[in-house]
This record gives sequence, structure tokens and C-alpha cells, in this order.
Amino acid sequence: MNLLSALFIGLLFGLGLIVSGMTNPEKVLGFLDILGDWDASLAFVMVGAIAVTAAGYRWIGRAGKPWFDLKYQMPNNVVIDKQLISGAILFGVGWGLVGLCPGPALTAIIIEPWALLVFSAAMLSGMVIARAVLSMRQG
Amino acid sequence: MHDYLLALIGGTMIGAAAVLLMASHGRIMGVSGIISRLMPPVANDWHWRIAFVIGVIVAPLIALLINGKLPSIQITHSPVVLAIGGLLVGTGTVIGNGCTSGHGVCGLSRFSVRSLVATMIFMLAAVITVYIVRH
Repeated sequence: MNLLSALFIGLLFGLGLIVSGMTNPEKVLGFLDILGDWDASLAFVMVGAIAVTAAGYRWIGRAGKPWFDLKYQMPNNVVIDKQLISGAILFGVGWGLVGLCPGPALTAIIIEPWALLVFSAAMLSGMVIARAVLSMRQG
Repeated sequence: MHDYLLALIGGTMIGAAAVLLMASHGRIMGVSGIISRLMPPVANDWHWRIAFVIGVIVAPLIALLINGKLPSIQITHSPVVLAIGGLLVGTGTVIGNGCTSGHGVCGLSRFSVRSLVATMIFMLAAVITVYIVRH
């Protein structure tokens, strides 16, 4: 049941990306291309998503427990440091180069498998390398 | 207009998914984190992560069932650019601990200043990158 719900949530998220058009990198790049033929769609996606999520998070609160786990796992890091900033810059440049970020990339695998094979292999490699580097610095 | 309405509706579906993940598993729906913890060293709770990822990957098939065709997308970039972009997205999301879903949707919904800063920075970096590439 806990796995089925995770599967369903993934499906819902993926369908949301598809309905909103965010699975299409050209649409995402159309938003980021503010001096070009501007497509504001991504802004509307964020508004819809944040409105629902903010209300939902408030409603859930911190009391009690999630249905399938022992406790809520909210991030508790509040520090704004060079790591956060440099990570955001790297991610932003990559996103701006191809218009793909992790979520939409997953939905695109079946649609454009070869392009996504290249992108995903590179993304996963980047993740493994970054995790290794971060844990060495902390160790 | 029609596009923007669909964007809003799709956004609310994304939001609903985020809320459901918090209610059911107590987790932030940050896709970069969900995926990265499936990479070595693999997290102990990989089961729900894999289920979630499978759901996202398979979603276009639902669209195929409903619409009779897969969503159409355009990817015009060369493999080299795709690889560089992927590498940057992979390293950046791990170093910055989040992406558009993690910081942009979930973080902002929690009124996290850290996520606000991250979101503004990656948005700006992306906009500048697109400007340099296209103009």
C-alpha cells in the first residue's frame, strides 16, 4: 500500500507535468527566454503548485505522523552558504542549457529515449560525483 | 490563454502530489533528492523512491491511453550539450540540495528563505544562460 501510494503520487506528478506542458523543454526554455517570444506558462505552473502545496502543508502541520512512516522529515537546514549558492548556479546553468530538470526528464524518457539516455546518464553521474565529493569534505 | 489554464491545472496536480507525498510518507517532493538517493550510496528507504520514479516515468503511457498519443516534446540539442547540461543539473542539484520541485515548489510552500534564495539564483542563472545561448 505504501509502495502503491508512492507509485500513484509519481503518476500524478508526471501527469501534472504533462498537462502543464513542462515535459517539453522548448516550453520551459520559452519561459526562461524572457527577451524572446515569452511563454509565461511556467509561472502559472508554479502558482498552481505552490498554492496547493502551501495550503496542504499547513493543513498537515507537524503533529501526528504520516500514513506510512514514523515521522515527517522536513529539512531543517536554514543556512544560506556558498554551497547552496554554487549548487543553484550550476543547476540553473544546466537547466538553461537544455530546459530539462530531474522531474520532467523522467517523464521524457519514454517519449525521447535516446536524448534522455544521454541526459540521464550525465545527470546521474553528476549526482554520484557530487555526493562523493560532499561526503569526502564532511568526512 | 488555453495554455496558461492547462499550466495552472497541471500545477495544481503537481501540488496535490507534493501534499500527498508529505501526508503519506512525510517527505518533501524534491525529485533531485529522490533520485540522487537511489544512487550509491543507496538510501535505506529506496523502495518508495523507486515506486515514485516508476510512476513518473510511466505517466506518459497514461496520457497515451487517454489521448491516443504520447505527449509531443521537442529536444533539439546535440548529445554533447545534453551531456553537459545533465552533468550540471546532476552536480548542481546535489550541491544545492534541491531543484525546481524541491526548492521551487516545496521549499517556497514552506516559506523557506533558503529555498527562496536557491530558487531566485537558479532562475537567474537559467535566464542568463538562455540569453547567452539565444541572443
